[in-house]
Amino acid sequence: MIYLTLAYEFFKIGLFSIGGGMATIPFLMDLTAKYDWYTAGELANMIAISESTPGPVGINMATYAGYEAAGIPGAIIATLSLTAPALVIIIIIAKFLENFSENQTVKAVFYGIRPTVAALIGYAVWELLQITMVVTKNGEKRIDLLSVLICLNIFLLLQIKPLKKLHPLIWIIAGAVIGIIFQL
Amino acid sequence: MKLKKMADLYISFCKIGGLTFGGGLAMLPMLQREVVQNHHWCKEEEILDMYAIGQCTPGIIAVNTATYVGYKQAGFPGSIAATLGVVSPSIIIICLIASILQSFIHLPTVVHALAGIRIIVCALMLSTVVSMARKGIIDLLGGILFAASFLLACFTPIPTAAIIVIAGIIGAIAQGLKRRYKK
Repeated sequence: MIYLTLAYEFFKIGLFSIGGGMATIPFLMDLTAKYDWYTAGELANMIAISESTPGPVGINMATYAGYEAAGIPGAIIATLSLTAPALVIIIIIAKFLENFSENQTVKAVFYGIRPTVAALIGYAVWELLQITMVVTKNGEKRIDLLSVLICLNIFLLLQIKPLKKLHPLIWIIAGAVIGIIFQL
Repeated sequence: MKLKKMADLYISFCKIGGLTFGGGLAMLPMLQREVVQNHHWCKEEEILDMYAIGQCTPGIIAVNTATYVGYKQAGFPGSIAATLGVVSPSIIIICLIASILQSFIHLPTVVHALAGIRIIVCALMLSTVVSMARKGIIDLLGGILFAASFLLACFTPIPTAAIIVIAGIIGAIAQGLKRRYKK
């Protein structure tokens, strides 16, 4: 029953993705290995579209993944399952806990989790890099130098302060243009 | 009365979800206008507190904020109304785009454009990792946790969720030891 599987997987993502929408990406990457809902390459498209449409990125990605897996009912189930754990946790915090984010233990736990969340997104990038930078030609795997160069240059541009603040949508449009020009 | 409040919550958060790109911090100005100025549902400081809580609880920050405001205004039904409001536009927009894209995805131009976009997504995400690591790694242990988590996620079958839980436990123990040692 795909709907139950979707509900279970996205409930789990909602429970463990701490620190916002980007934190769901490593989990979405894990799903590509477990199910045939979408490939890692399609996940990259999903990330791009989710960043360039209105709405919270994490919700957009869950909706998209659910849609790819099981159409519109899948989209609704994935999204609602993702929000369910937080709904319960936030209500408990709103009702019982004052100054939750100032709590010593909470702070200590987050001191450990923050570097890890960054590293896990790094893992998702690592997987994405492998599928975008490595091409198979005549049964031989090799690194596509042009893609590496483009990626490196865009990354360096992104480190410049005023460019960093540009909306991701602008970069994504630039990517589409680059892709068409270079026939990637 | 309560039904009216729930409808108000749903519509307001629908607007917030449908008119902000990017979620998270990008949502803050819209949230302030709707929730603080138009409806006086909570004070400016409460929104900022909520953001702090949203960053250290599981789930999507925008949704967590909606749940919190909804709960404070109209209890459990209010939290449901606000949460459904903030996700509704996403469900409609993404389903539309996904279904349209399916019929164009085989055109050569679209294939090239998507290949280019994938490279940009790599660069954007790499940039996110760098800025998150800069903010999140404050000492040597943070650096070790970062490196170890990356290697474990890439090269071992240990589940992602387990890595996060272990890192949280290590963080709590390390800070606890630090406090005891200081005394």
